[in-house]
Amino acid sequence: MTGLVAGVDVGGTFTDLVVFDPASGAVRLAKVPTTLPNQSGGVLAAFEAAGANLSGIDLIVHGTTTTTNAVLERQLAKTGFVTTLGFRDVLELGRRTRPQAYGMHGAFTPIIPRDLRLEVPERMDARGRVVTPLDEGALRAAVQRLREAGCEAIVIHLLHAYANPAHELRAGEIAAENWPNDYITLGHKLLSESREYERGVTAAVNASVQPLLERYVARLADQLAARGYARDLLVMNGNGGMVAAKDVAKEAVKTVMSGPASGVMAAVATGRRAGITNLLTYDMGGTSTDVAMIRGGVAPVSNEIEVEYAMPIHVPMVDVRTVGAGGGSIARIDAGGMLRVGPESAGSDPGPVCYGRGGTRVTISDANLILGRLPASRFGQAAEAAYAAMREQIAVPLVLSVEAAAEAVIRIANTHMAGAIRMVSISMGADPRDFALFAFGGAGPLHAVALAKELNVPKVLIPARPGITNALGCVVADLRHDFVRTLNRPLDSVDMAEVHGVLAAQEAEGRRLIGLEKIALTSIRAEYSADMQFVGQTHLLRVTLPSALPDREDLQSRFEAAYHARFRVDLPTIRANLVNLNVSVIGERPALDLSRLIDPEGRKEGAEPSATRRVWFDGWRDTPVYWRDHLPLRIGLQGPAVIEQMDTTVVVDPGARVTSDADGNLIIEVNK
Amino acid sequence: MIDPVTLAVIQAGLQQVCDEMDMTFSRAAFSPVIAEADDRSDGIYSATDGSLIAQGSKGLPVFVGVMQFSTRTILERIAAGVTAPPEEGDIYIVNDPYLGGTHLMDVRFAMPVWRGGRIFCWLSNTGHWPDTGGAVPGGFSASAISAEQEGLRIPPVKLFKKGVLDPEIYQIICSNIRVSEQRIGDVKAQASALLVGAERLGALLDRYGDATVIEAIAEMRRLAARQMRAMIGLIPERVYRATAIVDSDGVVNEPLTIALAVTKAGGGLSFDFSGSSRPCMGPMNSVRATTLSSVYLAIRHIFPDVPISAGAFEPLEVVGIEGTFLDAHYPRPVSGCAAEVSQRIAEVVFAALVQAVPGHVTAAPAGTSGNFGLGGNDPEKGRDYVMYQISGGGYGGFAGGDGIANGCSTIGISKAPPVEIMEQNFPVIYRRYALHEGSGGAGEHRGGFGLDYEIELLRGEARASFVMDHGRVGPQGALGGKDGAVNRVEVIRDGVVMVPEHLSKAQDIALKPGDRVRVRTPGGGGYGDPAKRDPALVAEDVRLGRYTAEEAARLWPGLREG
Repeated sequence: MTGLVAGVDVGGTFTDLVVFDPASGAVRLAKVPTTLPNQSGGVLAAFEAAGANLSGIDLIVHGTTTTTNAVLERQLAKTGFVTTLGFRDVLELGRRTRPQAYGMHGAFTPIIPRDLRLEVPERMDARGRVVTPLDEGALRAAVQRLREAGCEAIVIHLLHAYANPAHELRAGEIAAENWPNDYITLGHKLLSESREYERGVTAAVNASVQPLLERYVARLADQLAARGYARDLLVMNGNGGMVAAKDVAKEAVKTVMSGPASGVMAAVATGRRAGITNLLTYDMGGTSTDVAMIRGGVAPVSNEIEVEYAMPIHVPMVDVRTVGAGGGSIARIDAGGMLRVGPESAGSDPGPVCYGRGGTRVTISDANLILGRLPASRFGQAAEAAYAAMREQIAVPLVLSVEAAAEAVIRIANTHMAGAIRMVSISMGADPRDFALFAFGGAGPLHAVALAKELNVPKVLIPARPGITNALGCVVADLRHDFVRTLNRPLDSVDMAEVHGVLAAQEAEGRRLIGLEKIALTSIRAEYSADMQFVGQTHLLRVTLPSALPDREDLQSRFEAAYHARFRVDLPTIRANLVNLNVSVIGERPALDLSRLIDPEGRKEGAEPSATRRVWFDGWRDTPVYWRDHLPLRIGLQGPAVIEQMDTTVVVDPGARVTSDADGNLIIEVNK
Repeated sequence: MIDPVTLAVIQAGLQQVCDEMDMTFSRAAFSPVIAEADDRSDGIYSATDGSLIAQGSKGLPVFVGVMQFSTRTILERIAAGVTAPPEEGDIYIVNDPYLGGTHLMDVRFAMPVWRGGRIFCWLSNTGHWPDTGGAVPGGFSASAISAEQEGLRIPPVKLFKKGVLDPEIYQIICSNIRVSEQRIGDVKAQASALLVGAERLGALLDRYGDATVIEAIAEMRRLAARQMRAMIGLIPERVYRATAIVDSDGVVNEPLTIALAVTKAGGGLSFDFSGSSRPCMGPMNSVRATTLSSVYLAIRHIFPDVPISAGAFEPLEVVGIEGTFLDAHYPRPVSGCAAEVSQRIAEVVFAALVQAVPGHVTAAPAGTSGNFGLGGNDPEKGRDYVMYQISGGGYGGFAGGDGIANGCSTIGISKAPPVEIMEQNFPVIYRRYALHEGSGGAGEHRGGFGLDYEIELLRGEARASFVMDHGRVGPQGALGGKDGAVNRVEVIRDGVVMVPEHLSKAQDIALKPGDRVRVRTPGGGGYGDPAKRDPALVAEDVRLGRYTAEEAARLWPGLREG
């Protein structure tokens, strides 16, 4: 490959672009405001801002929140739903839940309204035997009705189609005869597992965002082509891989969680080059924080993500957990007199008091400003308002100084975030001492060192460009196809030849799909795993398999070991169930040189602070402030220190030690 | 005095210890009742009196505060020499309802946390076991008339001694319960959750020091009490009265009444249940611990911000339960207390306080666990089975909008199993799983809709049992809103429709292949005067087929479309 490769990610506020020149190693960056509702304006503006000539670019990988926003705001394409007689309300009834454990209030809007959900006579039993044949006349009538109602997409979701898809396939053929486009989603195609609500929602979301994604991506591809881009546009998927733009809409649902996934993929790539393969990723933004655990350089994947209340999307996606704490989280004194931080958030509008956009309630960002961790100069008059708000709302009621109040807010916020990270890592049997905290997002590096201390994590890794991590994730992502096959049988009654056959067939299909893409690859590899449980259990544990030819006792003993690692429980008398077989086929792209994400020309000889300011660490400390782009590649700084850059601020607590690696990542060793 | 920051950090730390215990228990458990339905809870309790220090936020709501009663009982029995004193590594087991419990299926473990040879506090958890013996599989007999018919009753004894499972006690238990082979997985999961809790709590104590944490616990209790008093401050001083009806006790076909008068006095609330029905013959009795917990959980639904701790309960006084079915004693049967009576108690609290703080409370939710049990033999699989279909119902309307459809029971947080999983496991086919149309109570904000399902038996003979409620009267409307639709059970045998005599409760109705059971669960109560509803919303509900035009005209008279 001689041309440039570009990653462009659209976030809630900014659209970020990173362009690599593999020949010279040169990097260009841009950050421009996101344009809504059509995100392509921002994408094109980013290329302009970076001065990147599109005709010289070989590959563009795009991360978009088009589908995420559509689902969360229910701005969906009009979609019809055809299902088994007696079951049209499944999408509205859910699994009998409520939005929160306490409080009987709440609302829920089904993904497809009741008048567009129709039923046809047909029925399979749980073993896939026909109980009632498909009424093709009724099906034709239903399709016609939905077409007349103005539906653009259609879902066919029949009971037990995972066990026998014959009716669903036939219904799909009939629908295709009378449907003006390809937007026909069959429930079992995306997810061939039982659970009618989860499979139905997954299919319904897919259909409802399909036209929107296809239109958006097609228009963007046209606009890029008109500006000289001659290759395929690729789009990030929630599984951390990318897929050709022309194909992405077929399984549009897979893009719903692609934003957080790309951040994790950037962490994997950065960590691999840095020789750190166990990472806890920590992406703190304005309203929420995303965390994930990477072990052995492999991104965690889950088939059971819920994007919001009662909105499960059960396709393989990078397992990122979101916590409702961000820079905008509001601090308050509750009626008992206890200091609380979050879950209420000022968001980005009006935002923290210090933004000066009308926010009146004091937030985590205000606390960071008051403690000198953020530069007061950036906030002008509003800095004083933040100080006053902290005094009034927190310091006076608690009889603390304003600084002590701000410090309290940070400590409580850190306790909550550490708790969230603990739940995805230490609670899952991981030892924090084996990990580094990979901090990014606008606010992550402000809190990372303190959090690492709280968690007993010895090291923090701050990538070169924390604010464009998602765009970097797009550009380093591999091609990836995931397959899940449900067996759900006792291990002892499984035919091992069938297991080997399934794994081999999945791998072959993945290799075939990857072979169709015209993308330079260095290798194609497959990862195998099994989802297992003890007979009689309902939860699953994922067990990694070293090859596609496991034997029975190997599966049992690997499962038992994983179970022990997770729960410290041995159950030697109980055998295992083999529930799912999973294969991921990954086409690895040539590694990019990340060492020039910070321009070497801008680096200076010695590490000289650009300023000194007072920062609060258990008291005011005169603290050197460094401009990150000016730091030499080899440094050895001792905290306290503040390192600033365009898109974030790194706070180094007293006693912590900062070095940098060849890529310009900051490695902060946290003292105990 | 402890500084406010350390206090808040320790509070969050203790909460995380409990949340982690909850998660470990659910993820490692075998029984779907625990693993899927989260019918379990974990908490930290005082070493001196068993009072609640912190409880997991994902615990089953009906267990709010309840383990403090069983922990206190254990402490009292140890002090009295009835129960052997603990040594390091011991874990007690107890399920006796009359010793601070719920029903027999809720099995509690309790373990002291040791610091320097002394007990710092206790950790305890409850898990709903799928069976603890007794007349019917699963324990939910609709017609038991004594505790012995309900199952094996275990007083506090050490199941683990110095860290080792006592095989003799364990064998006694296993010989008295059904499907005992897999119980070892649940027992180890339940113990493992406590051990994880002890490890995390130990780390917290090492970090902040035992003395500081003790001080924090005392302060947390004080602040929680203050916060609850502040919430009570929102309530105008008055007496608020309400009643709720349990259809019957399952044996004698007469309604049971819960009468409540809530009085605000001295910054606290007094809940007076005098005038409620006398203890009943059938299993719809409650025990003291469950009655108190039911009041606590209702208050927590109303003021969810107040942390669950003994301090939060201090301003709440429950009186007048002596001599009523809300404070039953041995040998009264109690299997319905946790699933059904608890929800009527919550309903009566809602109905009283919606008058006082209408912005914080909803009209009555469906308030039944909708337990339909089916037991028989599946000839295709050649084995016996016990199936439970639990279901939700409509929630009450509230100041901010309509109630949601098919919400979880008031006292639960669990999901119902998917139809596809039920059909994989049991010889039945669901003919319908739909909205219970027309069931939402009328109001300015209408109630949510119940569930309407119909199940056909495919193979073998079977017996059906029902433990539900709200068959006589629907969930109450509030502030002028109308009641939601009643719960309806129909058994269709050879095409003949039969309604159980007790409407919502029945035991051992014989079914053969082709017979069907149809259940329509209650809709939520309406909130506010129906005449104030936006006519466009009524029209939209009719357009979506949620009500027929006739129903809408009857429920919202005088409202014209468009």
